[in-house]
Amino acid sequence: MKFLLVEDNQDLANAILSRMTMAGHVIDHAANLGDASAFVATGQYDLILLDIMLPDGDGRTFLKQHRASDLDTPVIVLTARSQVSDRIGSLDMGADDYVTKPFDHAELEARSRAVLRRKSGYAKTTIEIGGVVFDPVAGHLTVGGEEVQMRNRELRLLELFLNAPGQIFSKNKLADRLFSYDDDVSENAIEVYVGRLRRHLKPSDLSITTLRGLGYRLDHDE
Amino acid sequence: MLTLIGGAAVLALILFFAVRNYAVQVAQQGQDTILDASVTSMLDAATIQDGTVELDLPYAAFSMLATSADDRVFYAILRDGKFLSGYEELATAGNFLPDSPVFQTSQIRGAPVRTISASRTLIGANERVDVQIFLAQTQDALSETLDQISRNAALLGVGFFTLAAVLSFWATSATIGQLGKLTTSVTRRGPQDLRPFTKPVPREMVPLVSSLNSLVGRLDQSLTQSEDFIAEAAHRVRTPLATVRSYAEATLQRVDKEENREAMRSMIKAIDESSRAAGQLLDHAMITFRADHLERDAIDLTELVSDLAQRLAPIAEMKDLSIALRGDPHVPYSGDPVLLQNAVRNLIDNAMKYGPAESSIEITVSGKPKPQIMVCDHGPGFPENEIETLTTRFQRGANATDSIGSGLGLTIAQDVAMAHGGGIHLENRLEGGACVTLSL
Repeated sequence: MKFLLVEDNQDLANAILSRMTMAGHVIDHAANLGDASAFVATGQYDLILLDIMLPDGDGRTFLKQHRASDLDTPVIVLTARSQVSDRIGSLDMGADDYVTKPFDHAELEARSRAVLRRKSGYAKTTIEIGGVVFDPVAGHLTVGGEEVQMRNRELRLLELFLNAPGQIFSKNKLADRLFSYDDDVSENAIEVYVGRLRRHLKPSDLSITTLRGLGYRLDHDE
Repeated sequence: MLTLIGGAAVLALILFFAVRNYAVQVAQQGQDTILDASVTSMLDAATIQDGTVELDLPYAAFSMLATSADDRVFYAILRDGKFLSGYEELATAGNFLPDSPVFQTSQIRGAPVRTISASRTLIGANERVDVQIFLAQTQDALSETLDQISRNAALLGVGFFTLAAVLSFWATSATIGQLGKLTTSVTRRGPQDLRPFTKPVPREMVPLVSSLNSLVGRLDQSLTQSEDFIAEAAHRVRTPLATVRSYAEATLQRVDKEENREAMRSMIKAIDESSRAAGQLLDHAMITFRADHLERDAIDLTELVSDLAQRLAPIAEMKDLSIALRGDPHVPYSGDPVLLQNAVRNLIDNAMKYGPAESSIEITVSGKPKPQIMVCDHGPGFPENEIETLTTRFQRGANATDSIGSGLGLTIAQDVAMAHGGGIHLENRLEGGACVTLSL
């Protein structure tokens, strides 16, 4: 996905940029509303992440202008304000969703996908490899032309593997991506999800190899 | 108002007595003048002839005493202090000075009379004789006149009182009525409404309204300031927390060594914990404020819960949890949507926290017998020994300070329910899982 981050705090922006890049997204950064308008005018974005308190104005003013123009790029507001009233305010102004700082990136991604799914006609980015067609936003998977119903965690596990075929993922690393940090995760749970994924991928040329003591790897069998 | 009418009554009484007193004086003076004239003409008619006093009572002396009420007249004639003729009891009634007419009010035969005594010295051939005449007249005509004057004075007093009372009623209702209207418009205002008062008021009340407006203005300013302060404080705390959390997550992606990863995970957990606690404390403060000045809007509980469920769906999905909404398609209710959303959100948050992956959270919204929202999960349920303490703790009103964390979520739900005249009920389902019912 291609994001535009509008955030004036440089440290936070860097942290988000590095986390998003690592997750395989493309992300541009605007430090104020003026820059943001310039970015939106020239680039195509799947989603805008918008801070509310910015040096040259209120993010909600930008939101209003953005909604008044023809651009329908979805916007997720990042709010550091305390809760309720502000959340409702930004949704009323035309934000598609909001997250409260500090936020879980997995939650932000989940919300981004949900927002994009709601928009008809978003730019589809599908991954095609070894008889598998995968649309991470819609959560659609077809294996050998057959549509496969998958649960969310299975989808995200598959996305991880498909983004880096041939790379070894330790069980802990996978657990961190699939579970929230306050869940107690047994290694067994990861094996269960990997097992399900293997069943889904059986008709394709893809397979997941277990490397004892190291983790798992997605292989493309020619 | 009462003071004004009381004052008018006192004034009317004073007026009545003053008029009456004055009338008595004037009437008495009139009678005295006639008596004086009458007695003078009688004395004028007295002559002395060869040592005998002759007195032809002149007709005019009595005719001038005639009144409409047929007042009776008494007289007594004395020579050198010795009774000659007339009514003797009149002569003994008082001790009079020989000179100058003297007036006195006394009683004769049970009737009040006004008596005059006057004397004249007659000089004969070689003697001097003092003739003294007492003349008395009953006061029937006078008292009749006085009665009439009293009646008129009383009428005047009552009239004055009525007019004063009506005027004071009008005056007070004109000002107090305006004050009342102002009071109503102050009372009716919602907690957020701090606009100045612009309704027209009488000139006398302009200073009051303008000082009220300036107070409201200052209040508005200080509320805005404290709201801005809280927003700014939250911003300053949350932004660095967000920075740390994002870096920690990014670092966790790169680090392979398990003990370092564990440290990063603990760090993220601690950040989440502190931001959740801060958020809930701020929410709790906001809810306490709003609950004190509950603003009720017409809402549909089912719609409110379904909006909330939709909004929480992405988070539920991350855990492969599904949220199922059941119950009545429309439950109209009058309440504070912000508070109710917050309460239900806390219940769903708890259910998502304890519900196992690939299970469902069931939310039932029903309107009868009373509006209820029930949130159930398939988690381990409340510990049996704690369900009692949790319930009793909420019955006697929870203390926010001893229940930070998920407990504060239940406290918030409880506070919101109580503000709407309801409560929450905790139970474990027979088939497993916890249920919290928020009734309104």
